[in-house]
Amino acid sequence: MGILIYTESENRKFKKSALELASYGRAIADQLGLELMAVSFNHSDPQTLGTYGVERVIQISHPSLENFTAQQYSANLISVAQENGVKLVLLSSSANAKYLAPLLAVSLSAGYASNVVGLPKSLQPLTVKRSCFTNKAFNTCVLDSEVNIIGLSNNSFGISENPKEISAEDKSATPTATNLEVEKVEKASGQVSIADADIVVSGGRGLKGPENWYLIEDLATTLGAATACSKPVSDMGWRPHSEHVGQTGKPVASNLYIAIGVSGAIQHLAGINSSKVKVVINNDPEAPFFKAADYGVVGDAFEVVPELTEKLKAYKNS
Amino acid sequence: MKILVCISHVPDTTSKINFVDDATAFDKNGVQFIINPNDEFGLTRAIWFQQKYQAEVTVITVGDASCEPTLRKCLAIGANKAIRIDLNPTDGFQVAQQLSAHCKEEKYDLIIAGRESIDYNGAMVPGMLSAMMRYNFVTNCVELEIEGNTAKASREIDGGIESVSCQLPLVIGAQKGLVEEKDLIIPNMRGIMQARQKSLTVQPPVESQIKSSISKFEKPAPKGAVKMVEPDQIDQLIDLLHNEAKVI
Repeated sequence: MGILIYTESENRKFKKSALELASYGRAIADQLGLELMAVSFNHSDPQTLGTYGVERVIQISHPSLENFTAQQYSANLISVAQENGVKLVLLSSSANAKYLAPLLAVSLSAGYASNVVGLPKSLQPLTVKRSCFTNKAFNTCVLDSEVNIIGLSNNSFGISENPKEISAEDKSATPTATNLEVEKVEKASGQVSIADADIVVSGGRGLKGPENWYLIEDLATTLGAATACSKPVSDMGWRPHSEHVGQTGKPVASNLYIAIGVSGAIQHLAGINSSKVKVVINNDPEAPFFKAADYGVVGDAFEVVPELTEKLKAYKNS
Repeated sequence: MKILVCISHVPDTTSKINFVDDATAFDKNGVQFIINPNDEFGLTRAIWFQQKYQAEVTVITVGDASCEPTLRKCLAIGANKAIRIDLNPTDGFQVAQQLSAHCKEEKYDLIIAGRESIDYNGAMVPGMLSAMMRYNFVTNCVELEIEGNTAKASREIDGGIESVSCQLPLVIGAQKGLVEEKDLIIPNMRGIMQARQKSLTVQPPVESQIKSSISKFEKPAPKGAVKMVEPDQIDQLIDLLHNEAKVI
């Protein structure tokens, strides 16, 4: 009996979403009086998880698990869940977590809700609030299987420390037969991804051309932010598709979203709705984005943005 | 090669989202329905394989008769035939079970579904279907090539791209990037006329389970008014972000 979280790490450091899941799992474990367990792959720093409330870490290391593959990772998670009679599995909303969750759901015959925001409304039966219609609405979802799976929306619960005595154990990898092989992983080094970023700086057609993207990049570098763009910008090839945020692109759930020269079409707003604070810089006072913004500046991006970047640099150094 | 493309019939991306019946149902009044955009990227790639390898492309949906215009549009785009499983589904698990029952009969080499629908955003049907079929699965797929029995696929990961190779049969979670937006096929008159002659069969559902249910919808709370900052008062903006919003 217990609650299991799947912790993700990068360069041997737990991702922020792993610590958020630990904090979230702790809060539910306290209400249910259950043990909070975590699985970590190729990683051995259980203390960090203990700080956020995990009581038991199951560490699985094997060369075949060096690269994420959904088939192998899910087989290992399933075996841990089954051996320990896990009732609730918690995952983040990362690309890999969303890849795994449906596979776990079938094998564990579990109910699954993705994009869950906040703590469950009720635990018996398990009732959660999740976003739908690409952040234009929420629905209340009831999961009443023996085992259930929650995919928590990143940055929707937050991180809170709750230190616990933690025990760590090693488990040997569960072998899986698969003919799927990872051939190559290309990652831009030193760049924050949109999914993991606390701050996202986004540009639209108002920037007039790809040659002006230094404005976005300079501001993003100053803030340690990820860069993003609107749909027309990626459609015109000014920026790669992977930067497109919106209904058919990526969702953004950052603490701060700065939109520069983006008019704010309904599809774009849908994608960025779960960001906490939105700043809009646009020279058109009628841009629909201002209605969805927290702070707005009507002005020329080519003047406002460099000044903002300079002043932020000065502010950061002060 | 036999390809199945799973289609979700969803409200147009510009739709106003409202609810009726005490917020227990989506308000379809005045809403235009379309092929789920992620499915349409997948369908377009399937048509490319049809033209290159003479693959047979079947489209399928689990839904009531109101989904048929969307299936006809898929036929007009170029799919060879369409199937509708006559069930108004409650959750993604039920949809996956219906699809897997069909796939066990038909033995497709490649099954494509959008990585998620833009209405319920469950992001579970393709993965569940792959697990039920015990087929390989690649989601968030932005590149797909097939050579004989081997597929090479790339998927978008957080902050990058991962390339994999595997054997067919394979389930793909399609998304933007799998084909370029400009390569999406707008049906011409000939396609629309031909679609009327193509087979659209309605099949009864198999017995299936439900794992989750929606009890209520709600809209986000209205947000407060925007605070405007003059373009020559950038210090004030930094101050607000630091002291009021506490985000920097």
